Amino acid sequence: MKKPFGLLACVVLLCGFGFLSIAYGSRSIDLYTVWQAFAAFDGTSADHLIVRNTRLPRTLVAAAVGAALAVSGAIMQTVTRNPLASPSIFGVNSGAALCIIVAISVLSIDSQSQFIWAAFLGAALAAGAAYGLGSVGRGGGSPVNITLAGAAVTAFASSITQGIMLVNGRSFDQIIFWLVGSVAGREMPMLLPVLPFLAIGAIVCFALAAPLNTLALGEDVARGLGQRVGAVKLGAAAAVVLLAGSSVAVAGPIAFVGIVVPHIARFVAGRDHRWLLPYSALLGSVLLLGADVIARFVAMPNELPVGVVTALIGVPFFVWVARRDVHAK
Amino acid sequence: MRSNRYAVRTRLFSYLIERRAVFWTVVLTIALVALVCVSAGVGSLWISPVEVLRGAFGFGDDATRTVLYSFRLPRAAMSVLAGACLAASGALLQSVSRNPLASPDMIGVTGGAAAAGVASLVLTGGAIGLTGLSLSAIGGAVAVAALLFALAWKGGVSPLRLVLIGVALQTAAGSLSSFMIILSPTYLATQAFTWLTGSVYGSSWNNVGALLPWAAGFGLVAWMLSRKANVHELGEDVAASVGSRVSRERSALIAISAALAGAAVSQVGAIGFIGLMAPHMARRLVGPAFGAVLPVSACIGAMLLLIADTLGRTAFPPNDIPAGVFTAAVGAPFFVYLLLRRKGK
Repeated sequence: MKKPFGLLACVVLLCGFGFLSIAYGSRSIDLYTVWQAFAAFDGTSADHLIVRNTRLPRTLVAAAVGAALAVSGAIMQTVTRNPLASPSIFGVNSGAALCIIVAISVLSIDSQSQFIWAAFLGAALAAGAAYGLGSVGRGGGSPVNITLAGAAVTAFASSITQGIMLVNGRSFDQIIFWLVGSVAGREMPMLLPVLPFLAIGAIVCFALAAPLNTLALGEDVARGLGQRVGAVKLGAAAAVVLLAGSSVAVAGPIAFVGIVVPHIARFVAGRDHRWLLPYSALLGSVLLLGADVIARFVAMPNELPVGVVTALIGVPFFVWVARRDVHAK
Repeated sequence: MRSNRYAVRTRLFSYLIERRAVFWTVVLTIALVALVCVSAGVGSLWISPVEVLRGAFGFGDDATRTVLYSFRLPRAAMSVLAGACLAASGALLQSVSRNPLASPDMIGVTGGAAAAGVASLVLTGGAIGLTGLSLSAIGGAVAVAALLFALAWKGGVSPLRLVLIGVALQTAAGSLSSFMIILSPTYLATQAFTWLTGSVYGSSWNNVGALLPWAAGFGLVAWMLSRKANVHELGEDVAASVGSRVSRERSALIAISAALAGAAVSQVGAIGFIGLMAPHMARRLVGPAFGAVLPVSACIGAMLLLIADTLGRTAFPPNDIPAGVFTAAVGAPFFVYLLLRRKGK
């Protein structure tokens, strides 16, 4: 009974952070006005307009992206048996970003719905490269090799991205703000096209919860129990690509959410993926919403991109995980 | 074996020089000079290598001399110096961490230098001089190396932890740099961003002069310490048992490596993969002895960056593509090759 209760607590926490994210910023709006903006919308009130047109979309984007990154991190950590796995470390985020930049500047694509396909392609290529390279040969890849392969993919993708941007020089400010990961200025029309993909990704994940439990026992055991390991891994990879790709398409490559949250979720909810995944999703939303609120206040009147805040929260955490030496097997 | 080596002994250090290393260093240096002549010749105004040589020594017509002295030669010299520094830094790191996949740009040293450089550029509104920029970049590199060392310390520094934590620091430093770029006005942002990608564009003799003392100084120290580095490659236990003060020497070697990378980054920005590739190529030529690997990798690194810059300058005219893009394009597949080869063992 403890786990459903905890999940409920997470939902409450999420609502609280959601409210914070809607109410606070360069202009603070009280609870009653926020309520009024939905219950009795007044098109002439600046506060109402801010709540509905700016704060609400931003909050929804942050919640969706946080959940997507956290869940894909959790799945990657299980499948690769690497506690340091996450979309940003494996270069998935940078790969998606590179493909979007190529789409924008080389292919002159500027519709949001086509960004998504570019992001998916990039995410898939990068994930395939990092994971494939890490697991070639007998016995699969060691965490340190996959991590380094991911770092190389990231370095490669970001160098090429920067090169393209410098040569192109188009809408420099916009792109660079997006490149470091931000949910500022995101509007509903940017979130809507990716929602179906996020939903499919989520459904695939939760369908995989039980098979992932089996896979977590080790590939040989899972195979012995009659699991089609390849199919499960393929499904997991597809889910990661959908979730991480969508989140990059909306918010840019946000680092470290995917690595931090699954560890916290595992601490709270244990290793059963049927609980771990929903906990990860909720806590991921909470983390990104919280980071985004912090991002608005740290550099007033400017705003930090939320990706910087997650990196600053994430690094100490990463160091802690790396120092525990669980990966050193 | 003895006959293949010359021994140099002084009170401060002793050194065995292998014939093979001397041979390759000489060959590569000659190749490098030839490459500089070709590289300085190509461009919108073609100058034949012979003319380049004549121009370099003050002969030839005025126009040629101007192009060579004001633009192409300083740029080539900068590529050579920075490439050599990055390669030497990578060679040091790989031997200290005993991880053939480590390099300054993977474990945060380059990122730290870049972040510090961008910070000084942005905070002073672009007014910081060359010396200031060098100093802050070197400071950033050494600071990250120290942080890395401290964080990876747990009754000793395991190479595995060093690499993992380094990757995280690299990511963090990268997002800090982007953050500072975003908060700065556009003209500074473009300047900082160009510099971050890694480009030799617009190098002057002043830049070369700013890098030279660091490169020469730390390069020499690294070479003098190479016997210690050799011992480290045998592993911690062996190193300790032959009387090496492992942790102290490791930190000294990492600090030198960071200073070399930082010095290079301060002038040419965060150029990746050279520190990874050059030492491997060098080991292919001269084997694993560090005293031989160091100078040979420096030559190879110099050639790699010079080639990358020449390509970037001439491949897609009129665009001047930052050299860092080319080193990444070549470097990533090379990294893949290294990973695969390592698996094969």
